[in-house]
Amino acid sequence: MKFDIEALAQLARIELGHKEKERLSGDLVNILKYVEQIDELKTDAIEPTSHVLAIENVFREDEIREDSVSARKVLDVLPDSSKDGSFFRVPKVIEGIE
Amino acid sequence: MELFKYGIKQAREFIQANNEHFLALQRALVERAGTVDKKVNAYVSFSSSKLPTSLNQLSGGPLHGVPVSLKDNMCTDGWETTCASNILQGFIPPYDATVISKLKDAGAYIFAKCDMDEFAFGSSCETSCYNGRNNRKKKANASATRNPWNVDYIPGGSSGGSAACVAADEAVCSLGSDTGGSIRQPAALCGVVGLKPTYGRVSRYGLVAFGSSLDQIGPFTKTVYDNALLLQVIAGHDPKDSTSAHEPVDDYLATINKGVKDLRIGIPKEYFRFKIREDMPEKELMGNEGLDYDVELRIREAIKVYQNLGAKIVDISLPHTKYAVAVYYIIGTAEASSNLARFDGVQYGLRVYADNLREMYFKTRDEGFGDEAKRRILLGTFVLSSGYYDAYYKKAQKVRTLIKQDFDNAFQQCDVILTPTSPTPAFKIGEKLDDPISMYLSDIFTISANLAGIPALSVPCGFSKNGLPIGMQLMGKYFSEATLFQAAHTFESATDHHTKRPAL
Repeated sequence: MKFDIEALAQLARIELGHKEKERLSGDLVNILKYVEQIDELKTDAIEPTSHVLAIENVFREDEIREDSVSARKVLDVLPDSSKDGSFFRVPKVIEGIE
Repeated sequence: MELFKYGIKQAREFIQANNEHFLALQRALVERAGTVDKKVNAYVSFSSSKLPTSLNQLSGGPLHGVPVSLKDNMCTDGWETTCASNILQGFIPPYDATVISKLKDAGAYIFAKCDMDEFAFGSSCETSCYNGRNNRKKKANASATRNPWNVDYIPGGSSGGSAACVAADEAVCSLGSDTGGSIRQPAALCGVVGLKPTYGRVSRYGLVAFGSSLDQIGPFTKTVYDNALLLQVIAGHDPKDSTSAHEPVDDYLATINKGVKDLRIGIPKEYFRFKIREDMPEKELMGNEGLDYDVELRIREAIKVYQNLGAKIVDISLPHTKYAVAVYYIIGTAEASSNLARFDGVQYGLRVYADNLREMYFKTRDEGFGDEAKRRILLGTFVLSSGYYDAYYKKAQKVRTLIKQDFDNAFQQCDVILTPTSPTPAFKIGEKLDDPISMYLSDIFTISANLAGIPALSVPCGFSKNGLPIGMQLMGKYFSEATLFQAAHTFESATDHHTKRPAL
């Protein structure tokens, strides 16, 4: 099995050190070799199972409910928020704007 | 009997709305945790100052005054929830998971939060960030949970802390979560009772998601009776979890004493190494070579116990058993890689600062996730990626159908399926940590129940030659938890394995 560990790490948004890349590539090769045993089975006529129980979409009205968690409480636990505590704060997203 | 040895039934009988008794039990457990947790390390978050000081602070109900310990992947309002990961250090949820609300409504309170494999990725608790070698702050001497029966051995995982605290009598009971065996395997390895309910039986709202089509929360207890009591409280439909089932909840204690005379117990040949019965031809037997000899002996003894109790033993086959681990490591990692995308330094716990947003994601996720989490995220990303999706993910979903059909067919012939829970007793710390596949194979007997969504329970059935606990697994039809409790309670009443406790 061939894959590009660098491309995977980019997709998964994880920085990997050089040694880590080597080690994890090796692990992934072995695991993929192991899981490929399912290729022995003929499954052309088999339906895939994504979910074991027959379930339906669940909808509700979009309304404020009394048991909702307050925005204040959510903002209080952020890794970083604006000084007045009412926004998520993240590093600059758009380049070239000061 | 010392108070800290109490299970739920005894605790309830002792407390009876008596505040002095409530406090005496709490004190006994706090002292016990103070003595034994230095060795066992089951608790990652424990503080006696967080505990209620009077019964009046709790609701009345079937668990009035009963302390419950929780795996650290269930959101607890105002109480740090880390999933034993560096990336969630400092995350204090703003709400309670539904199971926690249900426990509180029933009069219970949170006693402590338990160690686990990071994000429930593992079968030994060793991937926990509280294990020195994984800790971002390099607390090299720190240790993850150890097996109370022998602290050189792992407690199992991923809910190792939840199993160990009950086995070590530093908890009355606990909750864990099970995606591929994470309740049943540690329950077996620590000698306690652990149940993975039917998918959808217990709300997943507030459980930090790993594999959303596989995850279930379930109880760890000292007896089967206690397990039924605890499931009764946490089971039921929840409008906040769109995958929770509308099925009515049975009265689990009503049928627990019914015995096994009317039960057909299926023995799947694929789960055994040797001939199951003398009259079977040798060549019919799929040698399951990973199965430990002591484990096989104990399971055979358990089958005899059931025979003597009047159950009908039936030979069955689950022909796709050997593919379960492969299917699981495709579907489970695919789901995990999408669920863990939310941990990027913006909303929860750890942020590693960088000049721009993209770099912050990469650095936060690099420092925040341990080896096994990275492995699974990368694998999941791969099997879902364009060009490989059909060959891996879709193929695995089809084989999942075959595994589910195996059970549908088997349950035409029997009511309950009996197997070993884990192919071996507890293994030594460090033994499998650097060999992912060998670690994954310790879930070979438990994974199928998650893929099929059926309920499965592990109950103690004896010990290995070197004194480590062995568990047997009982699997049932969808929503047949009452039947599993009935079968397990009958076995427990006829044996004394559950009365043994480790010397600590």
